[in-house]
Amino acid sequence: MNKIKFTIDGKECFAEPGQTIMEAAKANGVYIPALCRYEGLKPAGSCRVCTVRVGRGHMAACTQPVAEGMVVENIVPDLEDMRKSLIEMLFVEGNHLCPTCQKSGNCELQALAYRYQMLVPRFPYQFPVRQVEPVGPHLLLEQNRCIQCLRCVRGVKTTDGKAVFGSVKRSGKKKIAFDRDLAAGLSADAAKKAMDQCPVGALLKKEIGFMVPIGKRKFDQKPIGSEFEDKRS
Amino acid sequence: MARKITIEPVTRIEGHGKVTIRLDDSGRVVQSRFHIVEFRGFERFVQGRPYWEMPVLVERLCGICPVSHHLAAAKAADVIVGVGPDGLTPTAEKMRRLMHYGQMFQSHALHFFHLASPDLLFGADADPAIRNVIGVALKHKDLAVQGVLMRKFGQEIILATAGKKIHGTGAIPGGINKNLSLEERDSFLKAPDPMNVDKMIGWAQGAVDFFKDFHQKNKDLIDGFAAFPSNHLSLVRKDGGLDFYHGVLRAVDADGKKILNDVDYRNYLDYVGEEVKSWSYMKFPYLRSLGKTDGWYRVGPLARLNTSDFIPTPLAQKEFEVYKAYTKGKPNNMTLHSHWARLIELLHSGEVIKELLLDPDLQGEALLKKGRKAHEGVGLVEAPRGTLFHHYRINGDDQVTMANLIVSTTNNNEPMNRAVHWVAKNILEKKPEITEGMLNRVEIAIRAYDPCLSCATHALGKMPLEVELYDSRGRLLDCKKK
Repeated sequence: MNKIKFTIDGKECFAEPGQTIMEAAKANGVYIPALCRYEGLKPAGSCRVCTVRVGRGHMAACTQPVAEGMVVENIVPDLEDMRKSLIEMLFVEGNHLCPTCQKSGNCELQALAYRYQMLVPRFPYQFPVRQVEPVGPHLLLEQNRCIQCLRCVRGVKTTDGKAVFGSVKRSGKKKIAFDRDLAAGLSADAAKKAMDQCPVGALLKKEIGFMVPIGKRKFDQKPIGSEFEDKRS
Repeated sequence: MARKITIEPVTRIEGHGKVTIRLDDSGRVVQSRFHIVEFRGFERFVQGRPYWEMPVLVERLCGICPVSHHLAAAKAADVIVGVGPDGLTPTAEKMRRLMHYGQMFQSHALHFFHLASPDLLFGADADPAIRNVIGVALKHKDLAVQGVLMRKFGQEIILATAGKKIHGTGAIPGGINKNLSLEERDSFLKAPDPMNVDKMIGWAQGAVDFFKDFHQKNKDLIDGFAAFPSNHLSLVRKDGGLDFYHGVLRAVDADGKKILNDVDYRNYLDYVGEEVKSWSYMKFPYLRSLGKTDGWYRVGPLARLNTSDFIPTPLAQKEFEVYKAYTKGKPNNMTLHSHWARLIELLHSGEVIKELLLDPDLQGEALLKKGRKAHEGVGLVEAPRGTLFHHYRINGDDQVTMANLIVSTTNNNEPMNRAVHWVAKNILEKKPEITEGMLNRVEIAIRAYDPCLSCATHALGKMPLEVELYDSRGRLLDCKKK
């Protein structure tokens, strides 16, 4: 089958038929910032951080299939500023206290905030009142830090394939909820996997805490996106 | 006419305090109070948080000695995960000790060189424009440089053990998250002068000698200023030796009689009570056996050298013997001798750091242990400023349901009030005018206890003080600002 030819920020790229812009970008060594996307999970298009421009249209790179001759704009000032504002909105919408968060250094939201050099959000803090909820014997759900990326809804399943998490309510009241019976059956390994899937410090496998020393954490050595951008340069 | 003198910093945050002194119609002091008007609320807002967050969360209480809170909380969490307080691996315990003694070293150096030395070098009546760390740097460059580099050395030790110089994550429930690499070790042992441990010990010895010399020339001030008898409390090693990281709880009275005889600190609630007074957010701890009125005690360097039988390193032990001989072996109740005791501890910390660096256990791989889970944990350490208590209870979901923190400055609450009262009675009473030098003497008395507010109120020589004099009907008579 013939490959599809398209460009991202002027770079000539090739895609397999059916590939999304995000998948094709990755295959061509191009970084498109994203938050809700997770390798191996069906894309949700919920965070909009991967928004790119094709012609006059804005679209989520994680859900939009590539078409022949597409001219995709990715790392351009207005899109980057939009992404930064999305990150800022996520910060003010919840209670994200990096200094005492055990996910600090491994958190994708924090890593993107560093990428965009976010010093102070331009939006007012909402300071919502949220709780920490135990999820079965091995997990905690820290609602203060949840950004509703739906990775856990898509990715955390029981051994017979049932989804443990779902979202309830709508708009500003929307939150992640879980089935207590199914959660009770989650193993320690499944809990660790759930924690790794969560981009922020919302899902915490119990008693892991700060086991990884500062300097050895995921983003201590390499900033987010650098695995692609280093290759490109 | 009756007057009320208020010494109040402008802001309420970061450990600022307020002093009020009431004078009657004849100018006699009728009441003096040292108020802590900050409110931190840590004990409340840690509720609901997972217990393994405590060492990293509560250390945010302070930017000067966060390691103390980090380690006290970690020791409490050790008990919760079933390995505390004596069950850590040698690598974990020694890494934590290195972190703690590194902190002692930097904090004591900071206090003496940056906060206390201006008063000693220039005197309480000197112009505030020079009576500060900048003044020390201009007039006594060597001393100022030593202060900066000793603090840096201690901070580098903390970085190597905790991952950050301030607010690290090294100590975790049941152990430590890293060991010390050989490169890190050698950067402290073999670095060119002055940033190696031998030079640091030499400088610490020099600081002790400096103080002894100053003492010889200023005995009236050092011995007499704000001296008063008190009880003293600290952790001591099981054999009675000085230990900042772990031990049993001992208290002695002003004559050296043991009030608490090496008890297990996990039962601290049986021995220590806390009284609340309406005019201060800071509680007043007391020894239950002596009651609220007489049970108050001092903590910190002065108290530690009163409770300990010996110091387990040679140079510091030699200085300890000289120090003890001065009071003929009896407890030392002279407030300004805190500086002397602090410098002996600085020297001891340097020696312990060297001992630990030479110990191959620091390169061990066994970092963590786990035992049978408990739902309550108590952890104590000797912080630079004195005994620090952390106590947590958790629920079945690992969330904290109760936290009780008795911080060093709280333990020293009543002694600081006594010291302020001493100054009010002996310096301010019946004086027609309250001078800047007199006010500074109030600060010197408080500063000897190195409370958490000391840096905020002195480091740049611009303590935000406002003093107002009121008559008995509340009319403002005079106002002085600096």
